[in-house]
Amino acid sequence: MFNLEGKSALVTGATGGIGEAIARALHAQGATVTLSGTREAKLEALASDLGDRVHIKAANLSDRESVDALVPAAEEMMGGLDILVNNAGITRDNIFMRMKDEEWDQVLEVNLSATFRICRAAIKGMMKRRQGRIIGITSVVGVTGNAGQVNYSAAKAGMIGMSKSLAQEVASRKITVNTIAPGFISTAMTDELNEKQRESILGNVPAGRLGTADEIAGAAVYLASDEAAYVTGQTLHVNGGMAMI
Amino acid sequence: MSNVAEQVKKIVVEHLGVEADKVVESASFIDDLGADSLDTVELVMAFEEAFGVEIPDDAAETIQSVGDAVKFIESKQG
Repeated sequence: MFNLEGKSALVTGATGGIGEAIARALHAQGATVTLSGTREAKLEALASDLGDRVHIKAANLSDRESVDALVPAAEEMMGGLDILVNNAGITRDNIFMRMKDEEWDQVLEVNLSATFRICRAAIKGMMKRRQGRIIGITSVVGVTGNAGQVNYSAAKAGMIGMSKSLAQEVASRKITVNTIAPGFISTAMTDELNEKQRESILGNVPAGRLGTADEIAGAAVYLASDEAAYVTGQTLHVNGGMAMI
Repeated sequence: MSNVAEQVKKIVVEHLGVEADKVVESASFIDDLGADSLDTVELVMAFEEAFGVEIPDDAAETIQSVGDAVKFIESKQG
């Protein structure tokens, strides 16, 4: 089950906590993986740790040329692209009344528009090969909303809507498009929370703990696998029960 | 029929799974041959591959029939 040998995967934001865990998990199931991110030294360190079946392609998703170059580079290095994981994302939190145009634009550009462009580049090859898995890492706040994150939650909700529409367009070509919506996951980002913030978050999580990046990676492996061929247009919520949708 | 026309016809028959005698020059992919919009995109990709030509999006949108495709490809090759 969930064997990915012979499959080629591209993971954006592979230097982040969740992205790294996804890349490691896909690789462990046998996939060849292209790691993308902004920090080249970190990409190289992860690549050398994983060993063979690994490529790297640095990309800055706020730069459109860099975005458009990503999929062709990955396809060339791996000879195709079967699994695309749009994981890269940024936050620029602010209360709505103070939200600046730049904060809105940057978050929408990287989290939503870059995802659109990367999907568009990848879909052609997947159509030809009559197979493909597109997985977007969205967020629970894309469904529930979150004070201070109008930009981020709008972008993440946008990813869900886009995935559903794309899923309908390409389902007949054996391509699935799904999203994973993590709740609060223990990463460098959540390590910065103070004790009080942490307690208040956990008060809303029935599981009583933060999730781990590996628990998101497990969901990604499933959606990437042949076993998930009949699952498309869905959002898989991995959140310890904090929102049951 | 020209070589291009023969080959276009063959690609259309294979891709859309239609009877060869229905694939005449005037046949519209969508109205006569039962293609959906995604099929037309795939046909264009197949033509690009078979003939080694690039068909930009704005030109692709004008290719609605078998004859349109033949004409476009011949103009690129000529």
